[in-house]
Amino acid sequence: MDTAAGVAEMFRHKRVTAMIRFGGLFGLALVVFALVLLVFGQNPLRAYVDIFRATLGSVYGFSEVLVKMIPLVLTALAVAIPSRIWLINVGGEGQLFIGALFATWGAITFNDQSCWLLLPLIAILGFMGGGLWALISGVMRARGWASETISTLLMNYVAILLVSFFVFGPWKDPESANYPQSAPFPDAAILPFFPGSRVHLGALLAIAGLLIFHFVMSRTRWGLEMRAIGINAEAARRNGISTYRYMLLVMFIGGGLAGLAGMGEVSAIHGQLRPSLSPGLGYTGFLISWITMGNPLGIVAAAFLISIITAGGDILQMTHRIPAAAIHILMALVLFVVLARSTGGRGRK
Amino acid sequence: MNELLLVSILSGAILSGTPLLYATLSEVIGERAGIINLGLEGVMLVGAVVGFATTVKTGNHALGIAAAALAGALFNMIFAFMVISRRANQLASGLALMFCGVGLSALIGAPFIGSRIEGLAVIRIPLLSDAPFFGRAFFQYDILVYLAIPTAVVLWWFLFRTRWGLGLRAVGENPTAAYAAGKHPLLLQYQVLFIAGLLGGIAGAHLSLALAHTWAEWMTAGRGFFAVALVIFAKWNPLRAIAGALLFGGAISLQLQMQARGVPVSSFILDMLPYVLSLTVLALWGGARRSAVPGSLGRVFQGTE
Repeated sequence: MDTAAGVAEMFRHKRVTAMIRFGGLFGLALVVFALVLLVFGQNPLRAYVDIFRATLGSVYGFSEVLVKMIPLVLTALAVAIPSRIWLINVGGEGQLFIGALFATWGAITFNDQSCWLLLPLIAILGFMGGGLWALISGVMRARGWASETISTLLMNYVAILLVSFFVFGPWKDPESANYPQSAPFPDAAILPFFPGSRVHLGALLAIAGLLIFHFVMSRTRWGLEMRAIGINAEAARRNGISTYRYMLLVMFIGGGLAGLAGMGEVSAIHGQLRPSLSPGLGYTGFLISWITMGNPLGIVAAAFLISIITAGGDILQMTHRIPAAAIHILMALVLFVVLARSTGGRGRK
Repeated sequence: MNELLLVSILSGAILSGTPLLYATLSEVIGERAGIINLGLEGVMLVGAVVGFATTVKTGNHALGIAAAALAGALFNMIFAFMVISRRANQLASGLALMFCGVGLSALIGAPFIGSRIEGLAVIRIPLLSDAPFFGRAFFQYDILVYLAIPTAVVLWWFLFRTRWGLGLRAVGENPTAAYAAGKHPLLLQYQVLFIAGLLGGIAGAHLSLALAHTWAEWMTAGRGFFAVALVIFAKWNPLRAIAGALLFGGAISLQLQMQARGVPVSSFILDMLPYVLSLTVLALWGGARRSAVPGSLGRVFQGTE
């Protein structure tokens, strides 16, 4: 089989070949996007230089890339954890929104508390919100009622509508004229920033999430049992591993991490709940998790790259007068070339 | 309930149900061949913007619809190449296609933001359209509405009454067996995704040409994903898709009427109904009646090694 030979080859000089290959693929995506820009009358070289300058060319620009990475790492983990036992969580977007919703409830209800109480509270609420939301799909899957792929996807829309309901209705800030948004968070409920940047405390949560994920998967019984389920669920069940319990657990924890991402965005970035909370962060996280096969270091690298690209969207809008959304083309091209690279199969559904 | 209200709700259901039906049909035939496409949202957006731009430039709606269908089909070929030839993961490739469609349609549509066009012409059928109640409720629509149900019937016929459809369904159930029986799974899947792209493009065109008469970024607002849910509701059957699209179109229309009449129910809560309904239906049909799901949905023919 040629795939087996291919895999063996890759292991021999895994790092080097993989990096050269990825560089080539990334270059290909850049060339194709340059052609698209040319067709639409833009100067692609100038666009790339502008994006590079604005993101990696200054300390502040770099810090903004880190800011964008925080929710992506968390939503990627929200997909990576369930995927270890072959649960496909397409619901990061909705879990993020519900996390933000719960956190907002905490922040505006207990707005007279100190930050020592309030910050842990909204973090826990955010985690619980996203976790419970994902747990619904987990239960439906574990009981054999519905595939988690479809149910998480559908619940994204319910979640976004639920947030809209609150910010257009009961929680609408009376001071904000016609804008659908909640009252601003009290200062005590805003995550602290690293000096001189918008990189907030959520970064530590994201790093902790990555480390714990890696540690649990590689060093603990839970990780071993999850690997066993991932390799052969039936065999694992016959060896006394409760796949039911793991299904609920991974969905809850995954959803909780996406909820934390929502908490971070609403508290540190927006400062109040808005329906425009997330430009598809949950879906982007899904793609990051998928192209890296849930590898923790890979998630960081991919989130970094995608963050540079999405930050570039604003640059293009400001300096080149093309819609910020156009940068999604470049993101999609990078994803396409990476997704297309694998020889496929290997049991991936 | 008075007659006028009933007519408004019915015609609203038919109008909002039409793009949903085209989109659902697109997803149904794809999934029958074993391919789930989450990028339908992107295909619809590309169809919507290309159809709109063409109509603005030429003033010809027919040309706009044709361009939208073709653009949708060609755009869907990116996805086809990814999942069929490169055997990439379908969910991830679909989401990437969605992002690509969002970006591409924003780029194409930027110069057209703010332009308006004449809506797609309403075709009046002599006698029928002038009938008192039925005329307004059923016979005052544009060409795409009239063609929607026949399209579903034709697709059903192709799927269940022709050799091509049999081969297609066989590929969706078990590509290896289909291959052994002399079918060409990959070629069939390319054909199906091309047709699915045509339908997705038309769905988008109906949104921009007949309903909105304008272009706005991300104007599909999740209808592409919604079609993925409707496929389950329709149990992968084009004829059931008609009922599903009308029902959910009706939910949208009922909600608009209630809003217009100031009924104190939040529109956001009503908007959730179709999704919650789909989830409930999905759960009720789960388990025992899984048989409707094409057997190899999500997997791609690996060859005969």
